[in-house]
Amino acid sequence: MRFLRASSPAWLAAALWLLVFTAPARADALDEIGKAGVLRVGVFEDFPPFSAAGPDMALQGYDIDVANALAAALGVKMELVGITGQNRIPTLLAHKVDLLLSVGYSDERAKVIDYTAPYAPYYIVVLGPADLAAAKPGDLAGHSVGVNKGTLEDSSLTAAAPPGTDIQRFNDYGGVIAAFLAGQVQMIVVGNDVGATIMARHPPVEPHEKFTLLSSPDQIGLNKNEPRLRQALDAAIARMKQDGSLNAIAVKWLLVPLPSGF
Amino acid sequence: MDDLAALLAGAAITLGLAGASGIAGMALAIAAAGLQRGGGRAGRLAVGLYVELIRNTPFLVQLFFVFFALPAAGLRLGAWTAACLAMTLNLAAYATEVLRGGFAAVSPGQHEAGRALGLRPLAVFRLVVLPQAIAASYPALVSQIVIMLLESAVVSTIAVRDLTYAADLIQARSFRAFQTYALATALYLALAVGLRRLLLGAGRRMLAGGRG
Repeated sequence: MRFLRASSPAWLAAALWLLVFTAPARADALDEIGKAGVLRVGVFEDFPPFSAAGPDMALQGYDIDVANALAAALGVKMELVGITGQNRIPTLLAHKVDLLLSVGYSDERAKVIDYTAPYAPYYIVVLGPADLAAAKPGDLAGHSVGVNKGTLEDSSLTAAAPPGTDIQRFNDYGGVIAAFLAGQVQMIVVGNDVGATIMARHPPVEPHEKFTLLSSPDQIGLNKNEPRLRQALDAAIARMKQDGSLNAIAVKWLLVPLPSGF
Repeated sequence: MDDLAALLAGAAITLGLAGASGIAGMALAIAAAGLQRGGGRAGRLAVGLYVELIRNTPFLVQLFFVFFALPAAGLRLGAWTAACLAMTLNLAAYATEVLRGGFAAVSPGQHEAGRALGLRPLAVFRLVVLPQAIAASYPALVSQIVIMLLESAVVSTIAVRDLTYAADLIQARSFRAFQTYALATALYLALAVGLRRLLLGAGRRMLAGGRG
């Protein structure tokens, strides 16, 4: 799943190209959404538990619930548009969607799109059994830690782990999870989304969050120079944080409440 | 250069696994073949079940069973040990079948001649029949060991730091798939050709009748 976050120069080039050549003079985005009566939201179609097809093949997840809440806040209908990691920013810049969900902040992306406040926690976490004490990367020394080879988790762990950490790299999340449940590794490093997937199965060895290795919360991405839309979205997010509805979505899909101070 | 060192270290692990499982697997195969011949009906049945079980299931599944499933039954082996055990069991099953062919090639008169010399049945097996059976099936046995060396690439899936593990990791970091896998391929080729030549050469020197 992490490849979705890979920043490749290709989409940046495509995005800039579209920005320069296809952006005609437009009215204010918030007015256009109101006039059309529909909020078009770009979401992944294979990114559980944020956005993936459910048993009825309709998309469901954290992002879908947030998209519905945002449309309700703006008083319009909601329309989902399936995007991929490669095409989503060009799709936004071509005004084929009004906003994108599950966008992690990067300086590179901030040059072409605007961001709202964070609406979902995304962080890489060290999981381990309850009776194992580990509160910082230094505590990993002398322990075996499983990770999915070549992912953002792998590079974060490799950079943070002290000498003497036994890093065991597996080819997929299935291998990482199975190794932990079989007791072949003491701890694992995964994104909080994968952690939620493990918890949902109620395994015999409950993985507990030990500490966060990297935090990169999901934000809403929208076109630049749309201050009114951005304010409206930020206000909607702030309200959802205040009235507890965002926390309810987190508990429903991530199986843990929002981190304190989120 | 660090990458090359990592690949060579991985190749050493691969060779070590092939060597350890090759020796243990051959010993197990000889024991199984002996049991098949001299262990009566129960022995034949037990060996037959073992050989069929291993030869009709994928090695990757056998490996996952040893590494991921046995801990639930109370036997937790480290990645290297689990890989070595799975390779040994797999190799021994195939080698048992190869050896069975070797035994079939030894004339029954050899056994009778050994008995006539006053040797006990076990001594006849060890001193007369077995060396000839090994000599007759030696090239095929060497092939099985080399096949196991190559098949051992899948142990990287349980995080054994073998040659494939090193290549995957370097590729994931550098995205240089061509250079990395070309070098890994060359190393596997060198290991396989080298091991085959070494074993066949040793066989020519040591085996009965200079065959092999």
